[in-house]
Amino acid sequence: MRVRIPTPLRSYTHQQPVVDAEGSTVSDLLDDLDRRFPGIRFRMVDEQGRLRQHMKLWIGQDAVTDLSTSVSGSDDVTIMQALSGG
Amino acid sequence: MRLLVGTRKGLWAIGSDDRRAWSVGEPLFFGQIIQHAVADPRDGHTVLVATSTGHLGPTVMRSPDGGSTWSEASKPPAFPAGDRLGRALKTVFWLSPGNPDEAGTWYAGGASPQGLFRSEDGGDTWAPVSGWNDHPQWETWCEWPEENTPDGSMLHSVIVDPRDADHLYLGLSGGGVFESSDGGTGWAPLNKGVAADFLPEPDPEFGHDPHTVRMHPLMPDRLYQQNHCGIYRLDRPEERWTRIGDNMPPAIGDIGFPIELHPRDPDTAWVFPMDGTDVWPRTSVDGRPVAYVTRDAGVTWSPQSAGLPERAWFTVKRQAMTTDPGDPVGVYFGTTCGELWGSADEGASWTCIARHLPEIYSVEAA
Repeated sequence: MRVRIPTPLRSYTHQQPVVDAEGSTVSDLLDDLDRRFPGIRFRMVDEQGRLRQHMKLWIGQDAVTDLSTSVSGSDDVTIMQALSGG
Repeated sequence: MRLLVGTRKGLWAIGSDDRRAWSVGEPLFFGQIIQHAVADPRDGHTVLVATSTGHLGPTVMRSPDGGSTWSEASKPPAFPAGDRLGRALKTVFWLSPGNPDEAGTWYAGGASPQGLFRSEDGGDTWAPVSGWNDHPQWETWCEWPEENTPDGSMLHSVIVDPRDADHLYLGLSGGGVFESSDGGTGWAPLNKGVAADFLPEPDPEFGHDPHTVRMHPLMPDRLYQQNHCGIYRLDRPEERWTRIGDNMPPAIGDIGFPIELHPRDPDTAWVFPMDGTDVWPRTSVDGRPVAYVTRDAGVTWSPQSAGLPERAWFTVKRQAMTTDPGDPVGVYFGTTCGELWGSADEGASWTCIARHLPEIYSVEAA
């Protein structure tokens, strides 16, 4: 499935804004993403498996916080990250 | 001669051949928060950088060639999955090379939680130091789950005895100084004689707020500490710190963040006092920046302000002051206003090396 990558994480995807990854759950998808682009998962998900604060995942139009949520090959996944700060 | 300057917006390597004319390069890891950047004195070419952004998780970047090429730690510092307290590391705050006889060994301090992590492969993979992180007293000694330190609870000043790789010290803000003599399995507080004016007990065993702790490399039994409540020295095996900050001018006081040592003279140390009155502005006292040096292990102190601005309102954070190994020793500090100042004559005179950098968090000689 297609995964949209926010700019702060594109150093991992060789600046690609959209990449492919596979998995039956969001967690699997992130694992696959990490296999393809080592290190990217830990920047988004902490060591206890929690999505880091201000990281958002969307499947289609639906925001997802539970990493066990199912995904299918036809889904478009969007990773978003707040850029608040100064 | 090169300085690694960690800032809120990236890392700068600033070099000089003569310590007078300095070249400020382009930023590395631009936009990322660099808490600490440290060169490995054991091999002269490895550099580790503690980095994060405002929202992404923490990590460590490493260079095997003095900064020409970089790669990310394949296993950054982290608590174990399924940790008994559900702890997740927010920031890698402090980096310390290990014992000289243990090439490739590093320690990292977290902020927060106040975790301790160790690498044995030059910073590529990190493991929690269970003896500290899972110590039965960890929840008592550390600020957990509540953080009382405004910028977050920190584990810093990880010190490895050059004579004995198993002999370690660390500092907690807040929490105090702790010592291990068995490689990090067992730990004990080491805070006798240190004030903790913000606690109700007159002489607590722990709960203090060391800002920086240093061991002299040639006299490893000598420790210096710049604490939230004063400047101290401890000559082991003594266990009671002496408040050498009582010898500072009363109008200046002995509050500050950094304390830095002369690499060859254990009696010489520099501090950068700050205003710890009222609501603690943490700028120089009366807005008049000045370093102080002692040449007699804290018995007397002398001001060093030649070249510094008459009035300024910056803070020098705990990792933002350092010395180099030159003769005479170079002394450097970075400010929250993004200025880097240096002295090639042991603090007798200061010049501004760089201006208009982001807020400076750390300065280390490489």
